[in-house]
Formats: sequence, structure tokens, C-alpha cells
Amino acid sequence: MKSRWYDKLWIASLLYLLLGFFNILFAWLGLLCFFIPLLIAAVGGSKGYCNRYCGRGQLFSLLGGRFGLSRKKDIPGWMKSRAFRYGFLIFFLAMFALMLWNTYLVFAGVRELGQAVTLLWTFRLPWHWAYHGTLFHPGVAQFAFGFYSIMLTSTVLGLVTMVLFKPRSWCVYCPMGTMTQLICKAKAGKEP
Amino acid sequence: MTSGKKRRRAVVDRAACVACGCCVKVCPLQAIEIVRGVAARVDPEKCVCCGKCARECPASVIAIREVTP
Repeated sequence: MKSRWYDKLWIASLLYLLLGFFNILFAWLGLLCFFIPLLIAAVGGSKGYCNRYCGRGQLFSLLGGRFGLSRKKDIPGWMKSRAFRYGFLIFFLAMFALMLWNTYLVFAGVRELGQAVTLLWTFRLPWHWAYHGTLFHPGVAQFAFGFYSIMLTSTVLGLVTMVLFKPRSWCVYCPMGTMTQLICKAKAGKEP
Repeated sequence: MTSGKKRRRAVVDRAACVACGCCVKVCPLQAIEIVRGVAARVDPEKCVCCGKCARECPASVIAIREVTP
């Protein structure tokens, strides 16, 4: 099949994780992965982002497929159930809200900037080398640390399910995918 | 009306489909598409039942089944 420019977006995904290792402020770019899918779903009524542009999906496809880092087994039934998919979306949004709250606390001067990346919502990894001060408020960096934590956590989860099940198993429970599908269902006039 | 001869085709469990589009990418005949971001749909005229989509599907919701055309 003809290769198109958007088939190379896995490079952008990889680059994003690398850049955040050197300067955390690059984490802000991750907002594109939030707003573009939502815009495509809300305006275009399609999952064009998942279908074409998702660099993370391409990365899993490459690692699990071409590099063979996947058992290629069926994902368990409960992981593709609506209860789990919607439950994970709610949990993810709650953690997102908590991250925004922590950012607010730094902006409000109640809390100091935490120069750490929290993996799997639990493990605090030192990440101070990626912070070199900012022209903006420390809250700007706090958001970057929080957002990068979310991106790294979801990448790790995706890698684990890539190895255990099929390469793009992450797509089954990806909160953005679930959210855009809900928007598309609503637009298509089907019950969500 | 077509004959009642059974043919094997890829069949999508639309209720469980996550509409990720992995199947679309691997189909050699462009016989599968994502309809309005809700679920995948197979064009039974184009499908030659190679099974690539079924193997690729991360949710394993595509099956190769005998269908009556």
C-alpha cells in the first residue's frame, strides 16, 4: 500500500517522549494529541485521528508487529467490555482533573513546583534534569510535569498490553479513542 | 437474487468494535471501512476472506464466518 506522510507520525510520538526527557516544557505539545482527535470527532464526525494520524498506535504497531515484541494473543473479554472502557475513561479524566488541580495549587502559590514525573499514578520518578527554569510561572512547568506523567504512564500501559496481547491493544481502552467514539456515536444518532 | 451457496467472509461484531481502523490499514483490497467513527464495515463484494483484518484487530472482534450471500 502507498506510504503517506502521516504513516510516519510514530516518529513524532517517539520524539515527544525523548524531548520531555531533556526539557519538560515540550510536554505541552502533547495537548495536540488531546484536541486534534476531539476536533476531528466533533467537527468531522469521524475517528480520523485513530484511523490515520495516531503516532502512538503506529509506534505500537511497529514495535509489536515488525519488531515482533507482541505475543499477538486475544485481549481478555473484560478489557474490551464497555464497563472497563468507560470506567477507564472516567478514571483517566479524574486523574487529569487531579493534575489540573495540582497545577492550580502551584499557580496559586499554595504548593511548590514538584520536579518529578509520576508513573502509573503512584511512583514518583526524579525528573529535575529536564527543568531549567522558565520565563513563565512555575505553574506552567507543573502542568508540563503532570501532562508528561500522563503521557508516559499511558505509553507504559500500552507497551505492557502490546507485549501481552496484540500490538495495538492500547487502542481498545485508550481514553481518547473511547471519548471520540462516544462523540461519533452521538453525532451518528446512535445510543452511546 | 444470488444463489444460496455459502461463502466465507470477514464479519465484524459492530457492538464491540472500537473503530480504531487497524483493519482498514491491513486490508489488501480496501474492502473494510470505518463508518462515521462508530464501527468497521466489510464490503462483502470485495472481501476475499484473507483474514488479515481478523488477525490485526486489537479487540479480536472480526471473525471469518460462512455467510449466505
